[in-house]
Amino acid sequence: MTLYLRGDDAPVLAPPTRVGGAFGWLREHIFSGYVSGPLALAFISLIVWLLPDLIRFFVLDAIWSANDGSACRVQGTGACWAFVDRKLDFFRYGSYPGSEHWRVDLTLMIGTVLSARLLWPDGQKSRSGLLAFLFGGPLFIFLMMPGPAAVLREPGVELSILAVGIALACVLEFLNIRTLWVAIVYFFIFPILAVYLLKGSAVLGLMQVDTNLWGGIFLSLLVATVGIVFSLPAGVLLALGRRSELPAVRFFSILYIEFVRGVPFITVLFMANTMLPLFVPDNWSPDRLMRPIIGFALFAAAYMAEEVRGGLQAIPKGQSEGAMALGLSYWQRMRLIILPQALTLVIPGIVNIFISLFKDTTLVAIVGIFDFLRAIDAARIDPVWTGPTVSPTVYAFAAAFYFLFCFGMSRYSQMMEERLSAGRRR
Amino acid sequence: MSDAAAQPSVSLLYNPRFRGFIWQAILILIVGFLSYEAVVNAATNMRARGIPTDFSFWDRVASFDINQTLITYSATSTYGQAFLVGLLNTLLAAIIGVVLATFLGFFIGAARLSKNFVVSKLAAIYVEVLRNTPLLLQLLFIYNAVLKPLPNPRDSISFGAGIYLNNRGLVVPDPQFAPGAVYILVAAVLGLAASVAFKAYAKKRQFERGEILPVARMSAALILLPPVIVYLLAGQPISFDTPVLRGFNFVGGMRVLPEFVALVVGLSIYTAAFIAEIVRAGILSVSHGQTEAAQSLGLSRTQTLKLVVVPQALRVIVPPLTNQFLALTKNSSLAVFIGYPDLVQVFAGTVLNQTGAAVQVIAITMAVYLVISLITAMIMNVYNRRMALVER
Repeated sequence: MTLYLRGDDAPVLAPPTRVGGAFGWLREHIFSGYVSGPLALAFISLIVWLLPDLIRFFVLDAIWSANDGSACRVQGTGACWAFVDRKLDFFRYGSYPGSEHWRVDLTLMIGTVLSARLLWPDGQKSRSGLLAFLFGGPLFIFLMMPGPAAVLREPGVELSILAVGIALACVLEFLNIRTLWVAIVYFFIFPILAVYLLKGSAVLGLMQVDTNLWGGIFLSLLVATVGIVFSLPAGVLLALGRRSELPAVRFFSILYIEFVRGVPFITVLFMANTMLPLFVPDNWSPDRLMRPIIGFALFAAAYMAEEVRGGLQAIPKGQSEGAMALGLSYWQRMRLIILPQALTLVIPGIVNIFISLFKDTTLVAIVGIFDFLRAIDAARIDPVWTGPTVSPTVYAFAAAFYFLFCFGMSRYSQMMEERLSAGRRR
Repeated sequence: MSDAAAQPSVSLLYNPRFRGFIWQAILILIVGFLSYEAVVNAATNMRARGIPTDFSFWDRVASFDINQTLITYSATSTYGQAFLVGLLNTLLAAIIGVVLATFLGFFIGAARLSKNFVVSKLAAIYVEVLRNTPLLLQLLFIYNAVLKPLPNPRDSISFGAGIYLNNRGLVVPDPQFAPGAVYILVAAVLGLAASVAFKAYAKKRQFERGEILPVARMSAALILLPPVIVYLLAGQPISFDTPVLRGFNFVGGMRVLPEFVALVVGLSIYTAAFIAEIVRAGILSVSHGQTEAAQSLGLSRTQTLKLVVVPQALRVIVPPLTNQFLALTKNSSLAVFIGYPDLVQVFAGTVLNQTGAAVQVIAITMAVYLVISLITAMIMNVYNRRMALVER
């Protein structure tokens, strides 16, 4: 048997090179490898190359105010913000008559305060959260929808709308209205109020505004909200149906969900636009704006159902069995035990679906609805303003708008995810 | 105890099976009634408005032109052929888009995990910007703000090698295949088969004797060399018809429509942002202990990635990746906004408007996307089953 024993010490290795200071940080974080080092260098040179041009185009050389496109057509000028400024009312309200804009503002204000209360259940507990809820939300809508120019034009009306928003927030907050009541108001009373406000009614003494005139940001938000508000309850029902023990219920739920998820949204819109009027009796035929909204809601419900199903599957069977042992009926089990847990679990996923649905609202333009993006694209080719810089400017403006909304929602979803996982974190 | 009489008698109304039966019967009745009403209404309405109710339009002459056709098509072709042209255009855009999006997505997903500050931050910005703006906006931007203002053919941007970009599209050399070209294809297929066989052999050899053969280098040689050798031996049967500027436009070469470029670029950069997130989540899902264990076994960084991290990450990546492929295919229908002649633009647009056969056309269009979805889902399920964790 041979034994091997090492006689000498292992050679002393040099300590790992670590250089402190700015140089060390650069070496570790930027020029760290054979691939990423050159890649970083390439990216940095790309930024150095592009950034000054972008700043020059969008800020320094930009035209901020002009009466027509001649100033923007001059060689070497940058973004034509004057165009956006001039068309801002069209981008926000479409062709909704100018004297009636306050109706849109009021609807949005009430809707925003109510949704803020629902989406941010206990954000008001901290002082900054309370201030944001009472004043931040109403002010944001106030600055976005009427905008400073309109406020100067009609200070009385617009300021009272702001006051209504803040007052509503105060009522919800200081009278301690229960979330359930807020939800009932939001899902049942607010939509009816909104329809009367926006369409007009003789009883309220409001002028009739045909849906053909609706458009812009307001319409995008409207389509998105209706779709989202409808899709949540419908999605829950479909998800429950898909997990039901009754074969017929399960069959129809799966059929619906898989069918809608298997086809592009555009074809659903085409179907809603051309086929829906054929399927119902002639005098029931839905309004031109109503058709894509119905299509959107039906489409949204299927995606929502799959998200909710994920939540339902994550609830251990013991929960349902425990509830059964207590003698609760099916609907009691779902309402009191399963759904509260399942829905909280999938809030981040639901918000992600909201984001993609909000982006999908741009597609309703295919059936002739003047949503925000369609309004942008229609204004872009205005012969008075046409010029080489107009298209990049308005598209950048639209991108900023959508980014603001979607990025905000995704941050919100991350915040909720963190909050909801607090109980599971150790 | 098995005696039924021992159980307390329950009213039929409280029997869960009976109740379930009743509920289902009600549901079926409602669905049946609604479908019946819809069909009856549709029949009446269609007759009243003179809308065709059969598929006889399929064989009628379409009498409109399509500016990108993969099969022979002219204004004298039938609506059925127009459908085929649209379908092929959709598939072309979707397949090229899927390939590009996958490569770009994996690259950006990996870049986002890089320890390198600049690389990971830029990848993050890319993902956030692309994910949080609508695809339609991106398509319109690429088409109207980038491709449309390009110079006219005379001042084309040249990329060298006979590739030019101008406001009428991308002009590239058109490969011309002489009769001998088929042997190159044969050689390529044989080379591919040989490399697969070599990989299997190398694996067997490693199991039996512990030797590691240079699989990557051998595969590269086996796949690349045979076609090149055959190309030279067969007297260079592939030549390129290079575009030449003559007058106001290019002659020769192959012109790729700007609509197609916009659609494919838009779809792939948008989907790549989602794929990047999926890849990132997949790689992060492999626990750090796995990497540490692999390193303590003496595996190199590349080996750790190739043998330990990627196979486990793929398990998490593949199902959502499938969804992204399907989403891209469905999103290719946005072509209708920029006028690329895809299935929706040609069939659900022009054909529907000309024939008025709304129900049939929409039903066929939806069926096509459903079939594509089902086939993709089936292929991916098979793959997924093979990749899934094998448990005891």
